Amino acid sequence: MEGVLHQVLSGIASGGIYASVALALVMIYQATHHVNFAQGEMATLSTYIALTLINLGLPYWIAFVITIVVSFVLGLLIERILMRPMMDAPVLASVGVFIGLLLIINSSTGWMFDYMIKTFPTPFPGGPLLFSGYVSGHELGAFFITLVVLIAVYLFFRHTKLGLAMRAAAFNPVSSRLVGIRVGWMLALGWGLAASIGAVAGMMVAPIVYLDPNMMAGILLYAFAGALLGGIDNPLGAVLGGFAVGIIENLAGAYLVGTELKLTVALIIIVSVLVVKPSGLLGRTVLSRV
Amino acid sequence: MPALLEARSLHAGYGETRVLHGIDFAVEQGGVTALLGANGAGKTTTLRAICGMVRTSGEIRLGEERIDGRPTEDIVQRGVAHVPDGRGTFFELTVEENLRLGSYIRRDRHGIAQDLERVFGYFPRLRERFRQQAGTLSGGEQQMLAIARALLLGPRLLLLDEPSFGLAPLIVQDIFAILHRIRADEGVSILLVEQNASLALDIAEQAYLLETGRIVISGPAAEIRRDESIRRSYLGY
Amino acid sequence: MARNALLAILAWLVVACLPTFLLSDYHLFQLTMVIVYAIAILGLAILTGFNGQISLGHGAFYAIGAYVTAVLMYQYGVPYWATLPVSAIVCAVFGFLIGLPALRLGGLYLALTTFALAVAVPQLLKHDALEPWTGGVQGLVIDKPDPPFGLDLSPDQWLYLFSLFVGAVLFLLAWNVVRGRIGRAMMAIRDHSLAAEAMGIDIALLKTRTFALSAMYTGIAGSLGAIVVQFVAPDSFGIFVSIYFFVGLVVGGVSSIGGAIFGGLFIEFVPNLAEKVSKAAPGAVYGVILIAVMFLMPGGVAGFVGSLFARFRRGTKSVELRPAMIGESVANNVSAGVPGGAEPDPGGNRGV
Repeated sequence: MEGVLHQVLSGIASGGIYASVALALVMIYQATHHVNFAQGEMATLSTYIALTLINLGLPYWIAFVITIVVSFVLGLLIERILMRPMMDAPVLASVGVFIGLLLIINSSTGWMFDYMIKTFPTPFPGGPLLFSGYVSGHELGAFFITLVVLIAVYLFFRHTKLGLAMRAAAFNPVSSRLVGIRVGWMLALGWGLAASIGAVAGMMVAPIVYLDPNMMAGILLYAFAGALLGGIDNPLGAVLGGFAVGIIENLAGAYLVGTELKLTVALIIIVSVLVVKPSGLLGRTVLSRV
Repeated sequence: MPALLEARSLHAGYGETRVLHGIDFAVEQGGVTALLGANGAGKTTTLRAICGMVRTSGEIRLGEERIDGRPTEDIVQRGVAHVPDGRGTFFELTVEENLRLGSYIRRDRHGIAQDLERVFGYFPRLRERFRQQAGTLSGGEQQMLAIARALLLGPRLLLLDEPSFGLAPLIVQDIFAILHRIRADEGVSILLVEQNASLALDIAEQAYLLETGRIVISGPAAEIRRDESIRRSYLGY
Repeated sequence: MARNALLAILAWLVVACLPTFLLSDYHLFQLTMVIVYAIAILGLAILTGFNGQISLGHGAFYAIGAYVTAVLMYQYGVPYWATLPVSAIVCAVFGFLIGLPALRLGGLYLALTTFALAVAVPQLLKHDALEPWTGGVQGLVIDKPDPPFGLDLSPDQWLYLFSLFVGAVLFLLAWNVVRGRIGRAMMAIRDHSLAAEAMGIDIALLKTRTFALSAMYTGIAGSLGAIVVQFVAPDSFGIFVSIYFFVGLVVGGVSSIGGAIFGGLFIEFVPNLAEKVSKAAPGAVYGVILIAVMFLMPGGVAGFVGSLFARFRRGTKSVELRPAMIGESVANNVSAGVPGGAEPDPGGNRGV
């Protein structure tokens, strides 16, 4: 029983990270109907930037904030330069561009920072805290940080004018233009925001899994699973899905398939959701356009 | 009185298909101008052309400025509010959020609040449904919401694309009664596209008849309404 | 016309045999890998280019083929050539099985799922339960086969000719399929599945069969690859294998049989050249070229060459090469202003 509790709590902590990346994926999907296959690589790059800043002597939280800002700008630039022409492209072309982006960022990261595995510092005091051995200090801290980010994003979208405009632009770009919203820039902001969220996820997960250019590949997979499980057009669903996947992955890894097959669990979740209920648990079931 | 909106030799189309073949029309300041015609005549395209939503050639003037070739957002900034065909409601958002979006580009909070009150005066049902999701509203209510949203821009020019479409006759009556009030009280110029010619001619001062992308009849609405031969051959009543 | 084509192909084959005697063993090894990759990419072309099902996970089939061959040779002493038919069948079965749930997915969702498959494969290969056969993380080393009948050839020379032969057969087979009724049905599904269904094509059956055929091709390529490289290990079959096949496909020409050869050349030689610059360069080069092709030359090299030929030769019936047709436009899947809003549209064949 204690083992289960430990797995569940640990799963909630990693679930927060999956939820963040899943949210980033859903934000971009909702606005553009594209899946950002390069989301993981962008987060990895951000994490490296953070490490560089820390190694230059900056205090952790300053580096944290700067990284978020830099990631925001990078995401915005990528959208404006690369994604804009791909707006109405057929699926294969857009998949190609995203994969190309994945490759470029991945190799740039490897080139700039080399392929050696690095440790990434955690700002949270180590050792088991409140729950006496069930979660580490970092896991608890990471959970709170991701929770704060998710709540902040929620408040932003629900209660600010800009957030409303971004939602409108995602739902109905044509009508959005008719009220004067610059839809193109809304998309760019969405990308920037997604990149920032990914950066936070990367910085939270790096202390656990260590930093190398391929750090986020597995996490991206869990995020996909979470986003699909919750409903890829539903931000709240994506977040819940991310947490669910974290818990499922940990429990399955501990009791069902062993830790070596955790990625397969993600794959099974993805396939199951897409076959049984493609719109996810909270997504809208709409009649497919025939 | 100088026209608020003037179009000259306006061509427009989608891709390789040309829909408008060089039309001229004008919307008088403070008046209602009707644009009539059958399905496919190019009425919606005309409104879209004014808003920069389709590619055009020719001249479109709003006041002193040329607005042809400008992006939609710029034209909206200059006070053109378009209620598109199909209403263009943001279904996933609430009525409140839809209305807030109407005043998106404005910064005068006091003015917006006042306008909101006036809009509720025209459409009290929107106040009742303020926090409801817009997609759950009936067709008539969505039309009201769309018009309300457009009014909240504080526009100089209001473009209405088939407000009667898909609505039961009683509801259409209600809406046009409100349009009469708006026209009397707001001072906004209106370009009204309608298939229902009698309703349109009832409220308009000027009217144009569009047939396959060309203007075939233009003149004071009252005259057109009186002319039986026009009514029978073109307007179907 | 057909006889001219056959003669031309025979002539090309004879020409292709020449390197056996002209090049060093190492260069022959490289050319052999070109053939291997070309076959793998051809498998992907059959599925994505001609049938419109996007796969980012074909490395999985490549891995399965490689491991089938390696295990049979290493654990059971099966001769190398005999492993190919086994590998073909095994991969075809896997392809069919994966093709079944893939029926319900389309476009983006299939890409996503196959991507997930590719990421998960190395973990699966390393799993303890399979270790007795697969050799676990260390993998398996297999011997290079000797030329048969005591021919006076080096093993590399023989392998080159062997692969050339296998490749020729597979390419001819593919060319035949694509040109015939099945090929037209495949392409009908790709371009307009609704109309295809209305014309009586059994979409589900054809799509799964295409998946099986495609998997078979890439699986055979994997087998050949294992024999040539003499080594299989789980970490050589990560996500990048699938991605590189995808890149090779796009660069060579998505719906092009001949383009697969260029794709093979591309992914064999470009990394070698790029690595001289830096270890990171191949990925970046691939990425840049992939994006550039998408923007500038969507038909890939084959499309480009084809359009050159078309200028000189009128009335050439050539298969449409633009990947721009594959999958419906993303914009079509956005239903702005419809109640319920933007829906996830997995495409697929569910009917309304």
